[in-house]
Amino acid sequence: MSWETVPGVMEVKEQHGETTLVVEPGQLVEACTHLRDEEGFNFLSDVSGADYLGWGTHGVSGYLGTPAGRDLNAPMTQGYQALPQPKPKRFAMNYHLLALGARPRRLRVQTWIDDGEPVPTVIPVWPTADWHEREAWDLFGIPVEGHPNLKRILMDDDWEGHPLRKDYPIGGEPVRFSGDE
Amino acid sequence: MAVAERRIAGGQPIYEGSRIPRPTPTVLTTSRELQATGDVLTINFGPNHPSTHGVLRLIVDLYGEDVTGLEAVIGYLHTGFEKNMEQKTWWKAITYPERIDYVSFQNNELVFVLAIEKLLGLETPPKAEWMRTCLCELNRLHSHLVWLGTSALELGAISMFWYAFRERDQILDLFEMVCGTRMHTRYFQAGGLAEDIPRGFFPEARKFCEWMPKAVDDYETLLNRNKIWLERTEGLGLLSAEDAIALGQSGPVLRASGVDWDTRRNEPYLAYNKVDFRVPVHTEGDVYARYRVHMEEMRESVKIVSQCLDRLENMEHEPWIADDRKVVLPPRAELHTSMESLIHHFKIVTEGYRVPEGEVYVAIESPRGELGCYVVSDGGPKPWRVKFRAPSFVALEATATCMSDALVADMIAIVGSLDTVMGEVDR
Repeated sequence: MSWETVPGVMEVKEQHGETTLVVEPGQLVEACTHLRDEEGFNFLSDVSGADYLGWGTHGVSGYLGTPAGRDLNAPMTQGYQALPQPKPKRFAMNYHLLALGARPRRLRVQTWIDDGEPVPTVIPVWPTADWHEREAWDLFGIPVEGHPNLKRILMDDDWEGHPLRKDYPIGGEPVRFSGDE
Repeated sequence: MAVAERRIAGGQPIYEGSRIPRPTPTVLTTSRELQATGDVLTINFGPNHPSTHGVLRLIVDLYGEDVTGLEAVIGYLHTGFEKNMEQKTWWKAITYPERIDYVSFQNNELVFVLAIEKLLGLETPPKAEWMRTCLCELNRLHSHLVWLGTSALELGAISMFWYAFRERDQILDLFEMVCGTRMHTRYFQAGGLAEDIPRGFFPEARKFCEWMPKAVDDYETLLNRNKIWLERTEGLGLLSAEDAIALGQSGPVLRASGVDWDTRRNEPYLAYNKVDFRVPVHTEGDVYARYRVHMEEMRESVKIVSQCLDRLENMEHEPWIADDRKVVLPPRAELHTSMESLIHHFKIVTEGYRVPEGEVYVAIESPRGELGCYVVSDGGPKPWRVKFRAPSFVALEATATCMSDALVADMIAIVGSLDTVMGEVDR
């Protein structure tokens, strides 16, 4: 299948039998509208952010992996494995689409952004994106441009920081009513 | 209005156009004219209320008994499962998904294990596939029974609760026999199952399969023609097929709106393409249709379990887990005699196995709908990112649309019919 007609496509990746379209953030809404109207991806399963801060900064020793899966014939390496492929920017937003119908197909639309850089909202394309985008804002601090109700969803309204960021500490929550207070 | 007249004939659209509120699809706002009357009362429903299936808070605007505005506030059960899983090795992280949706724990466990296996390119033996199918269907029955019991309880049918929990207990007994624990079983390992199936499981499971359809008959006798139940469920909480798809609804809610979609049949995983089952679809899109879909699914699940038992009984001496020492723990007995096994055991338990770099999205049909798991690995022993597409989270997004012409008393029935588990909503 050719994805050249989709607006804003920068790269098409095939991995583990899944297709990923990397899309320019500025043209995300055009790309999504095109995919929904022309390619039949009428169902948005999921929107998930991901933080790649510190990705590939330490070598991973151990088993050799290949793009197709694990190489069962390669023994355990003693040295460092190749570092993972570098990522273009810090944050990724992944939109998992499904063509719900007789011939089901799945597709991942991925867009890359830096800290503070906004992604446009896809609520006009799939209304279900509402809470998913609020979650991405709440947990990753990814600003969603044009969202009519962008506020925290899982954390308290007055929470500081975005917990799923890689630089957010584990156990960093202040203990209330402790002796130090 | 008579009950029969309110019912919408099949084949016709449930309602014209779209009822999804604008601009925010999940917030119903009271019109300015109504606000100006000064008779609109804003109440806080929850977060602690016996009918919210956990801690859900609804901010409701009432004009008399009419619900004119609604906003759901969630997050009271947020425990940071996804953050925690990033700190654990792959095989230790398997315990977490079960606690996300504590009512359909085995389906949640399965989706994460399938994601690991997809990244590893690991094949599982047929016996494990069949046993997973069998347990997932038992788990679906368990989840539907909890739903039926609590939803009926909320509408005043107390005896339903006891009947449903009677059968639920039998399922938990079966889980205990196989996995050692009644809930949060952690029985699925990357590569297969944690233990072989105990011999006593088959006769007990057979007995259950014989009993269960009769129990469903009992439930239907109690509810199907129960005047109070019909009055409180028929024609309420309408959701059209287009709106359901736009709002990302899945599972029984989607099928009750007339969309013939089931991941088990349309994108088969495990052994679902080898078993014979029907996907119940109803076209009314109301609370009663959702109830019907749940009931019919229970009957289908029993059929699937029996078919799995037929196969599994002939697989007694087959392996239940893949023979891959880099991922699968070696058999306990070998640790005393084999140096290699001891090393493998030590490496897997302390450091964990490594999963090749990559990202996958795996979707299965949990009792509540499409349960997805998006996993990113950097090639190390811990997941880089795990995200669950929780069907309950998405189902709650439809509350505002379903409530657009409801009375305050219908709210209980409508929220209940969306079948949400708050642990999964908040994660």
